[in-house]
Amino acid sequence: MTSPPDDTGTDEGLLLAGRALVRSYGHSPALRGISVGTRRGEILAITGPSGSGKSTLLLCLAGILRPDAGEVRFDGRRIDTDSEAERSRLRRTRFGVLFQFGQLVPELTAAENVAMPLLLAGVKRRPALTAAGTWLERFEVADLATHRPTEMSGGQAQRVAMARALVTEPEVLFADEPTGALDTLAGEQVLTELVRVTRQAGMTVLMVTHDAKVAAYADREIVIRDGMADDGAPTSALRGALGRAGAR
Amino acid sequence: MALGHVLLGLLARGGRHGYDLKRQYDARFPMAKPIAPAQVYATLERLLRDGLVAPGGTDRGGGPDRTSYEMTPAGRLELDAWLAEVEAPTPFVSNPLAVKVTLALLVAGDDAAADYLQRQRAAHRERMREYTRVKTDPDTSLAGVLAADYALNHLDADLRWIDTALARVASLSEELRP
Repeated sequence: MTSPPDDTGTDEGLLLAGRALVRSYGHSPALRGISVGTRRGEILAITGPSGSGKSTLLLCLAGILRPDAGEVRFDGRRIDTDSEAERSRLRRTRFGVLFQFGQLVPELTAAENVAMPLLLAGVKRRPALTAAGTWLERFEVADLATHRPTEMSGGQAQRVAMARALVTEPEVLFADEPTGALDTLAGEQVLTELVRVTRQAGMTVLMVTHDAKVAAYADREIVIRDGMADDGAPTSALRGALGRAGAR
Repeated sequence: MALGHVLLGLLARGGRHGYDLKRQYDARFPMAKPIAPAQVYATLERLLRDGLVAPGGTDRGGGPDRTSYEMTPAGRLELDAWLAEVEAPTPFVSNPLAVKVTLALLVAGDDAAADYLQRQRAAHRERMREYTRVKTDPDTSLAGVLAADYALNHLDADLRWIDTALARVASLSEELRP
């Protein structure tokens, strides 16, 4: 197990770090000053009950949401103050994102779906489709290249979605409940493949899940409750919250 | 579950001698409680006495003589009856974690109990990562994967219990107050 992130304010050695992140939706706080960091090549699970703020944390770290306070640093540079265009470029080139429901474009074939991020980045159609074929092969779904999403099982569609998330060879993959829509066995197969491929490529993975069995695929896990980290010694605030929630 | 039934099961596809049965047991049930060769021989003696196995010949392969055992028709009936039985789900399992929480509350209070539960949760998670590594190792046999699945599901159930217990620490503390 790797050590937890440096909490001294230097973030030394961390590829991606969020510090004292605060984010609210209207008057509802989702993140309340949480700090988290990950090293290059690490698979980090972010877990917690639903509504705990884990998806919001992922979106802030991926530059999709801007935190109300705190900062996000990637590869030594602050990114949360970047313009929308700059963050969007970062997401296209150095980050990959995978959601619970693969969100493939239904009108496109598997190969076209996987090639899409490359086409958006300006790669020509032929090399983009060739790269897509390679990634479909890595996830053992090359035979589905010409199939549309409606012709695939949930597990197959999620493998195609993984290929699409990784086709640009991002440094960090953000995965939000990547197996949440699959049955146990299909979910396990998808996770095993995800871990195998990202480890081979030395990628960093941040994976949000509510399931401890899914989190066990990671090198390390942080637990969020009420927008704060819930590991190590319990804080009095946490105990207070638990006590109040402590129905018999 | 008695070892006798397990040995009968391992004899179902043909006769084996004691040492071979132990090797089969280790291969089929890689994460089960280990058994000593002496346990295998003592169990075979009992099965022999009850007419559930019979000697099937002696193997002299260069070393000491080894008696091979075969399942008898009575052994087969016993095995089939046992396989058809449903294992009784345990009504209340002994839960050392609960005992520790209660005693931590009595001796040291809410903070100590909550702190213990947090550390126990971290230990459970670490063990789950270990079993997941075993399970996803391409060299692990299917028997090993099944054993890891069983362990992972039980650890997951413990984790849920730990979370609930954390939420109940304050109420439990009140109840225990003299």
